[in-house]
Amino acid sequence: MAVETPKEKWTGKVREVKLGATAAEGGTRQRTVTVGGESTLPFLTFEGDIPNPPAIAVEVQDRYPSDWSAVLKAAWGDVLNDPAAWAKKAEEYGADIIALKLQSAHPEGDNTDAAHAVATVKAVLAATGLPLIVYGPGQAEKDNEVLVAVAEAAKGERIALGNCEDKNYRTIVAAALANGHVVVAKTPIDVNLAKQLNILISDMRLDLDRILMDPTTGALGYGLEYTYSVMERLRLAALTGDSMTQQPMICTVGEEAWRAKESKVNEGVPAAWGNWERRSRNWEVLTASTLIQAGADIVVLRHPESIHLVKQTISNLMAR
Amino acid sequence: MGLSGLDIYKLLPKTNCKECGQPTCLAFAMKLAAKQAELSACPYVSEEAKAKLAAAAAPPIRLVTIGTGDKKLEVGNETVLFRHDKTFYHPPGLFIRLKDTMPLPEFEAMLERIRDWGVERVGIPLWITGVAIENTSGEAANFAKYVAAAQAKLARPLILIASDPGSMAAALQQTDGSAPLVYAATAENWQAMAELAAKHKAPIAVRSNGDLGMLAEIAEKVKNAGVENIILDPGVRDPHGTLVALTQLRRLALKSNFRPLGYPIITFPGEGAQSEEEEAIQAAQHIAKYAGVIVLDHFDPATIYPLCTLRQNIYTDPQKPIQVSPGLYEISNPTPDSPLLVTTNFSLTYFSVAGEVEGSGKPTWLLIVDSEGMSVLTGWAAGKFDAEKIAKSVQQFNVPSKINHKKIVIPGLVAAISGELEEELPGWEVRVGPREAIDIPAYLKTWS
Repeated sequence: MAVETPKEKWTGKVREVKLGATAAEGGTRQRTVTVGGESTLPFLTFEGDIPNPPAIAVEVQDRYPSDWSAVLKAAWGDVLNDPAAWAKKAEEYGADIIALKLQSAHPEGDNTDAAHAVATVKAVLAATGLPLIVYGPGQAEKDNEVLVAVAEAAKGERIALGNCEDKNYRTIVAAALANGHVVVAKTPIDVNLAKQLNILISDMRLDLDRILMDPTTGALGYGLEYTYSVMERLRLAALTGDSMTQQPMICTVGEEAWRAKESKVNEGVPAAWGNWERRSRNWEVLTASTLIQAGADIVVLRHPESIHLVKQTISNLMAR
Repeated sequence: MGLSGLDIYKLLPKTNCKECGQPTCLAFAMKLAAKQAELSACPYVSEEAKAKLAAAAAPPIRLVTIGTGDKKLEVGNETVLFRHDKTFYHPPGLFIRLKDTMPLPEFEAMLERIRDWGVERVGIPLWITGVAIENTSGEAANFAKYVAAAQAKLARPLILIASDPGSMAAALQQTDGSAPLVYAATAENWQAMAELAAKHKAPIAVRSNGDLGMLAEIAEKVKNAGVENIILDPGVRDPHGTLVALTQLRRLALKSNFRPLGYPIITFPGEGAQSEEEEAIQAAQHIAKYAGVIVLDHFDPATIYPLCTLRQNIYTDPQKPIQVSPGLYEISNPTPDSPLLVTTNFSLTYFSVAGEVEGSGKPTWLLIVDSEGMSVLTGWAAGKFDAEKIAKSVQQFNVPSKINHKKIVIPGLVAAISGELEEELPGWEVRVGPREAIDIPAYLKTWS
């Protein structure tokens, strides 16, 4: 029987965003990573192109993550005390990008200053040849303080500055404009808010190929479905030609998945939850692999084994 | 797909007799299209029109039942490609494959482990749908013995995997009346398999070699042989190929209304995987992208639990979010002196707030108000999360009998209601907490 398989004719496509700059481009990176460029839904290459596979960023923090799950701490060992060593190890494990979080700058924590942030970023840049995403501690004022300094110090490296949210986008975008960087535009699980922030940022004349969008990730069992559907809607809007939704998407999978009770603790939980190490790693890997199906272009992961598994998954899905 | 009002109008007598209760035939057609009227209300409609309308009303993906009783699996009847468009209705079944070459005592022990596994998540019980038994031994009597053991021990839906109709016949004799899935009718054996399925009133899977045309052909032959409860196996096993095949099958059913492939789909994620981990990842792909039955080669609670959770996520109604039960929750063993926070019963709100409070390590009381599953701001705007409701919940859940102080912390987003709440709760101190859950740990540090 002849079966005519339906094909969608998409009119729009996702923008390509490049992270990192090599020596020839004014930076010091050994490799750059380009994400986006899709003109079809995830991996459906029979009706469009996927020039760049989704990339894996690995989270590195500038202070020992004492609040992390014991499973993660055991998997990484001593390198967690040194962001440069940690980043180097992440590169060995197959990371495409290093997502450095300046956690020590948090005003409620060590409250380290801009100079400390700059020193950390320089050390990490020296330790790895990969492109960097640099996140502030997640408190708008402090984010501004450290990220502006980092943006100047890393001028020419085409790092991504995160997060760029409605309360601080002006400062972060200005820092990106002045120093040739990319921004991570983050909005809380909503198609229109995501669009609106992209418009505000582009109104400041930052080129659209310098914006990644973070739709806010929910972990498996903790809001994954909302993220999944918002991402599908954003991607469908992009493919049908809505210009302000055509940014590649980044998902902070590790941070969310390892906050779930199922991955964080093993005391007083039902035996039916199964082996803690495998369960917690599955929590991260399944969150990541599901969001890749919804259109994630970068997933930020935490567990070394997850890097390997998600990388393999992407390569299996890209194989034709 | 449903017909439009105008399509239906063309099939009606166009007499405007009003006997159906509508002023005109067109008005009646519009009601029919909106599913607000029954065709039987028209006394003059022709048999031909009836047949056409019935065919158009049939779901594009047939609802198929595997097994019987309260643990039976119903799959199919899906109407959309993306869950935000409507909802995914019938969550896929998760089966564990066991072989009839396994020592029988081990097989029975495994059945017990599978039967006894269960978790409750947000008030919903999760279990393993059933087992698939494979006739690896190739012997009919042996297969029948294992199937009988599973039937006796498990009392859940079964999938019988055999290529030899003789083995299948022997197994089906052990399961009469319980509608196991017959796997599978192929180009070679479809006739014998379809006869067996028809005889035992069992659903049947049809399998091709990756060719959707061949799959449609076998499905049509099986249907014409009298078995309408069909499950499709396109025979593709690699992750990319499965994604493409399952997407195409879903589109063919929904967008092209292609009846020969309008059935649920079965997948075997382990067959295209290099490891147990890869099997789990592919199963997750099949949950999100269009499988109705998923057969796993491994039983590991550490994998099953996250897969069940993912299935629950993907198959929630986007218009009706999961809610948690209202009540006074204890986090990190609070004492009567611990802080009291209040928020809504929208699951995402609850999980974010509870997660942050838990992460802070500070023992805390968390009062969950029934906002009918709305988030803080939406609930406030809709009058489902206001001063009156919060005050009522304080009484309803006996908060004053559990804590020593009279301090209640409301979400920063509804700071505006603090005055009203003070009126509703005389003698209480209403405090305004952070706007975002993430700022709760810092807030709790300063609470006194």
